[in-house]
Amino acid sequence: MLSLNKVSKVYKTGTFGGKELLAVRDVSFDVNGGEVVSLIGESGSGKTTVGRMILKLIGISRGTITLDGEDIAQIQGSDVKSYYQRVQGVFQDPFSSYNPIFKADRVFAMIRGAYFPHVPASEWSDKLDAALRSVTLDPGQVLNKYPHQLSGGQLQRLLVARALLLDLKILVADEIISMLDASTRIDVLNLLADLKTRGMGVLFITHDLSLGNYISEKTVILRRGVVVEMGNTDKVFGHPTHPYTRLLVSSVPQLHKKWAEIEAELSAPIAGKGGCPFHDAYPLAGRLPERPADEPTLVQIEDDHFVGCFELESEKAQQVA
Amino acid sequence: MSLQVTDLRVHYRTLAGDVKALDGATFSIADKEIMGLAGESGCGKSTLGNSLIRLDGRMKYVSGSVNLDGNDLPIWDSDEMVHYRFMEVSMVPQYAMSAMNPTRKIGKMISELVESRGVSYKEIKPELQRRIDLVGLQRDVMDRYPIELSGGMKQRMVMVISTLMDPSLLITDEITSALDVSTQRAVAETLVGFRDHGFVKSMMVITHDMSILYQIADSILVMYAGKLAEKATTDVIIGKPLHPYTRMLVSSLPEVGVRYTDKKLTGIPGGPPSLLHPPTGCRFRARCPLAFSKCEEEPPFVEVEPGHWAACWKATGSDA
Repeated sequence: MLSLNKVSKVYKTGTFGGKELLAVRDVSFDVNGGEVVSLIGESGSGKTTVGRMILKLIGISRGTITLDGEDIAQIQGSDVKSYYQRVQGVFQDPFSSYNPIFKADRVFAMIRGAYFPHVPASEWSDKLDAALRSVTLDPGQVLNKYPHQLSGGQLQRLLVARALLLDLKILVADEIISMLDASTRIDVLNLLADLKTRGMGVLFITHDLSLGNYISEKTVILRRGVVVEMGNTDKVFGHPTHPYTRLLVSSVPQLHKKWAEIEAELSAPIAGKGGCPFHDAYPLAGRLPERPADEPTLVQIEDDHFVGCFELESEKAQQVA
Repeated sequence: MSLQVTDLRVHYRTLAGDVKALDGATFSIADKEIMGLAGESGCGKSTLGNSLIRLDGRMKYVSGSVNLDGNDLPIWDSDEMVHYRFMEVSMVPQYAMSAMNPTRKIGKMISELVESRGVSYKEIKPELQRRIDLVGLQRDVMDRYPIELSGGMKQRMVMVISTLMDPSLLITDEITSALDVSTQRAVAETLVGFRDHGFVKSMMVITHDMSILYQIADSILVMYAGKLAEKATTDVIIGKPLHPYTRMLVSSLPEVGVRYTDKKLTGIPGGPPSLLHPPTGCRFRARCPLAFSKCEEEPPFVEVEPGHWAACWKATGSDA
């Protein structure tokens, strides 16, 4: 199980790193085995930063990320290799993930060289065939080809197959289908959803609500680096509570409902309590800059459905602007 | 009838031969109509859009005619098209980020642009400012450089510039695909607003995103492999499509409310054919679950019922 506990990331920007940019603030959620968690946010919301921290591509400024109880920031030296045997990522642009000079199947040879040097060739090719077939690729069609000879969907599936060769626990899928065509993206999406039957946990990072809604059990909505709402996907999309979630749900183009209809449905006031549920629960919650570190950032409004502070959100917006 | 395109063919010249990217398109767009143009990548959507405004060096006009408000557009002659481009036919390109001159302030750039067409910037400025207000931008954007604007702001600014001369036809190419959902909605609704205010007479919205088209378009034209597959009103294309390609395209879209666990969607197997040597007969045949012997002949693009055209033997009822 991958667990994020109050993870923050500060980027140094400006000349000589004189300025600081808080890209991700106090993000906490878990990804369990056999579960797809979608991390939804607009550009600049810090969703990719979260993915890169999990993949140890960048450091963690505050907070901890643990995999099965082990703090990943402490994994150093030769242990990093075994970490990547358990956690892998697939990224947005399939064409830039490959070296165009080499054949695409070189990614498999590299995995073999790094992790399975003693596996005999025949056993390896069986293993590879099985992995390719489980991502619905025909080995004869994709092996021995250069990246430009394959389609974006095929390249993305090759990368997922590569991840399957390892004994993977967590797959970070960062916008992996946004560059694919409408006709093939659903196949890659189904493939991700099938991974959970193998007991793998998938963190699906996307800006597209309908895709996240389609495959995930759990949804985390991120805005300007802060989690504004999270919980069971049905509950988050069924009763969006935070104003930002409502804005997103009302803006996403749907196929059988016009924008005006959705807006009318969502304009109903928040059931039960008046105003912000977070402030109802924590009336003395501190303001953003000097908020104590141990204070909760989300309040539970129903079983498996959490929402952040409305006001904190707008204050954060002002601070950034 | 605002735009009438008849049997338009535009090919790309390559060393290996001609790529038949647009191979016979006949359709029309009425006044006040927003027509969506949908399809996978590489099926000729952008070629159709570009050919109505500018053929670049690789593109070769083969045959067909384009009639806008009663005038034939000389689309094969780039110099003659100067009189129509921007004034009568205008375009919002895909990458608004790179559409504006980065070395000029936006106001200066617009003044150079309109003066080059013999229009006085002073006279047009009040109208320009009114439209900037309308799309929700600050008037001081005129004194800023393009780099100071966000993606959505640039996109809206380019839309204002493109429609400044009240063109008859506006072509927009994938203008919403690089934007966030909330900005996407604002931009899409701005398009409808432009039509309602009469800034443009008719519009061709090119996108691969059918759900955006459902929100804003009056009719949708679906293209496949350089040919027209189906055209009808938006509700018919989404609700009762006839062509198997349209059906598969619509049913492969996940939307809010559809869950993997409840209803597993399927994609369209395979990919579009190479247009260097396009297959004979129906070009969708190889991927079509309904294909039968008749599909070896090319299906004509015919009006199946009033306002509903399709190119499929099954749809035209000749499979008996």
